[in-house]
Parts: sequence; C-alpha cells; structure tokens
Amino acid sequence: MDRRALTPPPVIARTTLLVLLGLLVLVIASFTSLDMQWGELFSADALRSSREFLGGFAPPEMAIPFLRKVAQATWETFSMSALGTLLALLLGLALALPGSGRFGSAARVVVRLLLNVLRSIPELVWAVILLIAAGLGPFAGTLALAAHTTGVLGRLFADALENLPREHEETLRINGATPMTAFCYAALPQILPQLLSYTLYRWENNIRAAAILGVVGAGGLGQMLKYHLSLFHMQQAATVILAMLLMIMLVDGASFWLRRKLNGV
Amino acid sequence: MVALVALLLLWPMLQASEFQPWILFDKQSLSATWQFLSGFVPPAHSPEFLAMLMAATWQTVAIATAGLVLALLAAIPLTLLATASLSVSRLESGRMRSVAVLVRQSARWLLVVLRSVPELVWALLFVRIVGLGPTAGVLAIALTYSGMLGKVYAEILESSDTDASAALLRNGSGRLAALCYGALPEAAAELVSYTTYRWECAIRGSVIMGFVGAGGIGQRMDESMKMLAGAEVSSMLLVFVLLVAAADQVSSFMRKRLL
Repeated sequence: MDRRALTPPPVIARTTLLVLLGLLVLVIASFTSLDMQWGELFSADALRSSREFLGGFAPPEMAIPFLRKVAQATWETFSMSALGTLLALLLGLALALPGSGRFGSAARVVVRLLLNVLRSIPELVWAVILLIAAGLGPFAGTLALAAHTTGVLGRLFADALENLPREHEETLRINGATPMTAFCYAALPQILPQLLSYTLYRWENNIRAAAILGVVGAGGLGQMLKYHLSLFHMQQAATVILAMLLMIMLVDGASFWLRRKLNGV
Repeated sequence: MVALVALLLLWPMLQASEFQPWILFDKQSLSATWQFLSGFVPPAHSPEFLAMLMAATWQTVAIATAGLVLALLAAIPLTLLATASLSVSRLESGRMRSVAVLVRQSARWLLVVLRSVPELVWALLFVRIVGLGPTAGVLAIALTYSGMLGKVYAEILESSDTDASAALLRNGSGRLAALCYGALPEAAAELVSYTTYRWECAIRGSVIMGFVGAGGIGQRMDESMKMLAGAEVSSMLLVFVLLVAAADQVSSFMRKRLL
C-alpha cells in the first residue's frame, strides 16, 4: 500500500505565540486583580434577593397617565437622537471639507485631530461635560450626541471625499466653476448615497445612546429609568425598559427599510 | 413631499428636545463653563492622583477583558445552538426537526433579548443586586456582549463556506468536530477580527458604566465632575483618549498578527 507522509503541521510563528501568551496573561491578570464577589453573587442569599428584585418588575406598570408620560419621554429620546444626528450630519460635512485636504494640509491635520478627539470621547462623557454649559435636560443630550457623531461622521465623510476620483471636479474647475460649485455638482452627488447610509447607521446607534444618556441627567427615557430605579419603583422601571426596547426595534426596522430604499433594492 | 414631512416633524422635535442654543450664551452658564474649563490647564498631575488614575485605568481594562471572556463562555455554546449550518437533521431532509427548530429559535431569541437591553441598563440593574463596584460592570458586559457575539458568530459561520462542515457532518462527525475542522478554519479570521473589535467597544463601555457606579475610570470621572474639579477631569479625558487610541492600536495589531 502506498503510504504518503502526512503534511507537516502548520508552523506557528513565535510572535503569534507571544501574542497569545500576552492575551492569556491579560485575561488572568484581569480576573485576579478585580475583586469579584463570586461567593456573594451565587450565595443563597444573593439568589433570593435577586429573585425578589426581578420579581418586582412584574407586572409592568400600565396605568394610562404613566403610559402617557413614558410616551412623552420616548418622543423626547427620539427627538434627541434625530436632531443630534442631523446636526452631526451638517457639522460633519462642514468639517469633512477641510478634513479631506481641500483647504491645505495644515487645516487637514488640525481638523483631523479635532475629529479624533470628538470621536474618542463617548456620548455619555460629552453629556456629563455639556451639562455644565447647557443645564440638565434633553438639550445637553442632543449636543452630546451631535458632538460624538460629528467626530464619527466627519472622519468617514473626509475619508470618502479623499478616496473619490478627482477628475470630475477638476473638469468643472478647469472650465471655470468655483471650488464650491465644483464640489456641489461633482463630488457631492457621488458620495451622497454613501453619506446617507452612514448617517442612517449612526442614527440607529444614536437612538440607543439617547435612551441611556438620561442616566446622567440628559433627558429622555434614561432619566425616567434612573429616577424610578433609584426609588425602587420596579414596575415603572420595567415599563420604561420595555418602551426602550420597543423604540430601538422600531427604529432599527425603519432604518433598515430606508436603507434598502436608498440602495434601490 | 419628504421635505415637507421632515419640516413638519422638525418643529415638534426641536420643542421636545428643548433646543435653545441661546442658553449656552447667557451670562450664568458662560461663567460656569469658563470657571470649569479654566481649571483644565494644567491637568492634575500630583503623584498620588496619577497613581489613582493608573489603577482606575487598569480596572477599566480589566473589567472589559473579564467581561468579554465571560461573554465568550456564554456565546460559544449559544452560537453552536443558533447556527443552522451545523444542524444534523437539516442535512438529510433539507428541513430541521421541529424540536431542533424550537431550540434554535429560542437560542436566537435569547441572544436578541441579551443584546437589545443596553449595557448601561444591565449595569444599573446589577449595581442594585451586587452593589457598587467592578462586579456589576463585568456582569453587564458579559450579558450584552454574549448576545452580540453569539448573533454575529452565527451569522459569520452561516455566511462562510459550509461545504467542509456539511461533508464532515454527512460522514458522521460530531458537531464539535465539524465546527473545529470544517467551519472554524473558513471563518477564523473574521471571528478573531470581530472579537478584537468588540474588546475595543467593551473598553469604551466599561468607562461609561463607571458613571452608574460600576468601577474604573468612569466612576472616578463622575466623582470629579460632581466636584467640578476641572484639572482632574482634563487629565482623565487625556488618559481616556490615549486609552481608546491604544486599544485601537492593539486590536489592529492583533488582527494583523492572528490572521
């Protein structure tokens, strides 16, 4: 019988092994350095108290006046996310122009840095900072969403503009169009579908963010949730959580549908 | 038509979000902002503050890592249940047995529920159950991310080439063997890259959860904000931006290394 030698096992590079080892060390260090109360978590006492805690959620509060308040907060959250995204779309587009090197490379570096800072601070941290300037309430939340999303969208738009072939715009420029006109008629129509689909995707993210921003006092459903949880109004809190889930699912559906329409499928 | 509807919607939205840009510029709010911002320079840098900051930053990273590991422990079995291409009964008849369909659908619904509740809400609930501290953060990340990972893993496994795993299953291999030798080699790169991306998200998430008392740099920042200590907030923001940038670098390095 013809016996072929087995193919040799794949060689694992030493650096890959080192990376894996580093990962293992990171995981072990994480678990050992955190003072996790596993014992308390799984003791009979904890089980009973968490069962009591969870049992308190049922049934969710369904009185009409309360539902009306929840609906109002849901609308507030929805408005925050929509306005924040709209503001970010406009600001992001405005910053993407210098960010893609259209006003010189110095402006590009400065604007890119600004966009990176805007982007790397999460919405919730922005909200905490903006509460000082804008006061408690949904306005601070809207601005916080706008600040973070501007960073995200501005960078995506600037990248999209930089990756665009330049010929169309240059043809218009050579034939005497001003830079703004050339941009509006040559570059903008080409990136518009991409731009809108990014924006819709961010809106999906922002509706989730808007729902929780209230936890630090920036309005909407989160504020209601924090209020009722801190007073141990479990049934009301359950209704608020259900409203959050419902709103998130509806917006996901709407945005999925809109994106399919935009992409012409 | 769309423009008209948009305009009609815009006004009540502006009302609902109390959109009043001018209050940013009234005297009281300007002076409060100025007072807070002028504290930013120079950032706080006393040795004991920096030591505290380092410890808090490590705690944030540790919460994210531990949470993600626990999420993986829950997500892998759920992925096995939810992935249709690993179904044995489907191979024979093209249809799954009704029990299998039931199990698979309930695994999917569990994943949907786990990831639809935002991590901050889980954290708020866990802080009530296990008390203030990192345990609540770890559990919140574990729950939300097991939902996300499980769903996306199943999608990746189903959309990658399933011929190899189907052939193994037809010839009588077990599901685990089919997963390890048929499905994983096809999809490993994408799975690893998605997991590292999620680790990066978990770090951001664990900062945020600090604001509801789940430990780490977020909790310290919340305390400093409440005291309006501008200098401390500015050094925390700096550390935070650096941390996110570093996580970004590490995760792109790992993706390159492990692929």
